[in-house]
Amino acid sequence: MAFQSLDVINRSASTSTPPQARGALEVAKLIDISKCIGCKACQSACMEWNDLRDEVGINPGHYDNPADLTAQSWTVMRFYEEELPADKGLAWLIVKDGCLHCAEPGCLKACPAPGAIVQYANGIVDFQQDQCIGCGYCQTGCPFNIPRYSMKDQKAYKCTLCSDRVSVGLEPACVKTCPTGALAFGTKTDMKDLAGERLVELKSRGFEKAALYDPSGVGGTHVLFVLPHGDPELYRLPKDPRVSPLVALWRSGVAKTLGVLTMVSVVVAGIFHYMKVGPIEVDEDHKENPS
Amino acid sequence: MMPAMRMPPGREVVPRYSTGERLTHWAVAVAYVALFLSGLAMFHPFFYWTSAFFGGAAFMRVLHPFLGVALFVLFYAYALRLWRDNIMTDSDKKWMSNMVAYMNKAAEPYVDGKYNAGQKLMYWSMVVVIAGLFLTGIVLWRPYFAPSFALVTRRVAAVLHAGLAFVMFVGIGIHVYAAYWTKGSMRAMTRGTVSGAWARFHHPGWYARMTGKERP
Repeated sequence: MAFQSLDVINRSASTSTPPQARGALEVAKLIDISKCIGCKACQSACMEWNDLRDEVGINPGHYDNPADLTAQSWTVMRFYEEELPADKGLAWLIVKDGCLHCAEPGCLKACPAPGAIVQYANGIVDFQQDQCIGCGYCQTGCPFNIPRYSMKDQKAYKCTLCSDRVSVGLEPACVKTCPTGALAFGTKTDMKDLAGERLVELKSRGFEKAALYDPSGVGGTHVLFVLPHGDPELYRLPKDPRVSPLVALWRSGVAKTLGVLTMVSVVVAGIFHYMKVGPIEVDEDHKENPS
Repeated sequence: MMPAMRMPPGREVVPRYSTGERLTHWAVAVAYVALFLSGLAMFHPFFYWTSAFFGGAAFMRVLHPFLGVALFVLFYAYALRLWRDNIMTDSDKKWMSNMVAYMNKAAEPYVDGKYNAGQKLMYWSMVVVIAGLFLTGIVLWRPYFAPSFALVTRRVAAVLHAGLAFVMFVGIGIHVYAAYWTKGSMRAMTRGTVSGAWARFHHPGWYARMTGKERP
């Protein structure tokens, strides 16, 4: 049990339960969209700390740069020009996209490689690329469309919530660099309290629908959003994200156990049938056309 | 060409499979075992150790779809040669109704064709299952094809792929057992021939057509 903050509590494709005797404080990153100015300092900090360099792309005529998450870009600012309901006018909604670190991660559920995806006691969901077999099932499992597959090494990548920094008591690089205080990091309880205070403030300023995004369908997340206009769909966030029932069925313990049990039964049935009935043998010395 | 070896005449043998058919069958069997072992490792962590046969799990994951294409091509090359003998006929209904009794050796098999109804069912189920495994496998194939399919398509394909693989295991399990249970069958696929007595008992109609002799 090296780093308490990184005690593993969940491990992909594993038949045994990791040690859980010790509790740990859950951490969370709070993204306050109402304070974000879209400067992308967080993107740069992520690149710097994680030593990532994406391909130089082209400007497609909007502010998203790069245009999407990639194996080299674990966080991307998305700019949505949105006509607000009830004639509230045009607004630029800026969403910092990246892994939300679900409490019930679909990626981990879908992963077939033991230990390629782990969940720490503090809530961080981390990919271990040395264990990754490159199947891309984590993408199939994720309700937020986050993991990105690298064609270079055939491994999946995403935000680690700077687990390496957090394990030594530092906040994630993006939080460290945010110039407006739109990003905050701490225990999940503290972040929810902070968000609560901010919601009161926002509501007093006329953002009646302001809300905190901590979707319960995935057991809550360890990246929280303060949404000034409330409706997650305005920000292109799924309203009620949950691990797809298809993935849940495919990777459920019941389905896998039933599968293995039936396969074992086929073998056992064969042995038992042979012992009871015996083989069908023809009498080779039987004369032709005995009648 | 080497002159054929001459052997003294012995018991009557009836040719059942050509060399080409036998080699294709065993190529399919080898591909199936490799596919099964590698797929099983990805299905349940209990079997993850089978990835050791493939030089590690990452390489196993790379190999699995290529093996799948090999099985697909070989299987249909093989199946195309056999389809005529696998058309269901009226006489197969009688076999089907007696199947449980036959499994308990309580009823004589009544078989007119080269295959009994059980074998024919196996044939057609594999024709369907392997096509399904191939199509769903393409949808899941990283890094080449999977990115061009929608997420929900990939999810459906993953469920179907696992389900079909499971059906295939059960089917192949029955196939292997039936071959072992029916003494004298294995020889058809290992040497290409069966004994006259075996042919007369299991496939009397086929025996008569093959040898020009009366049905027993």
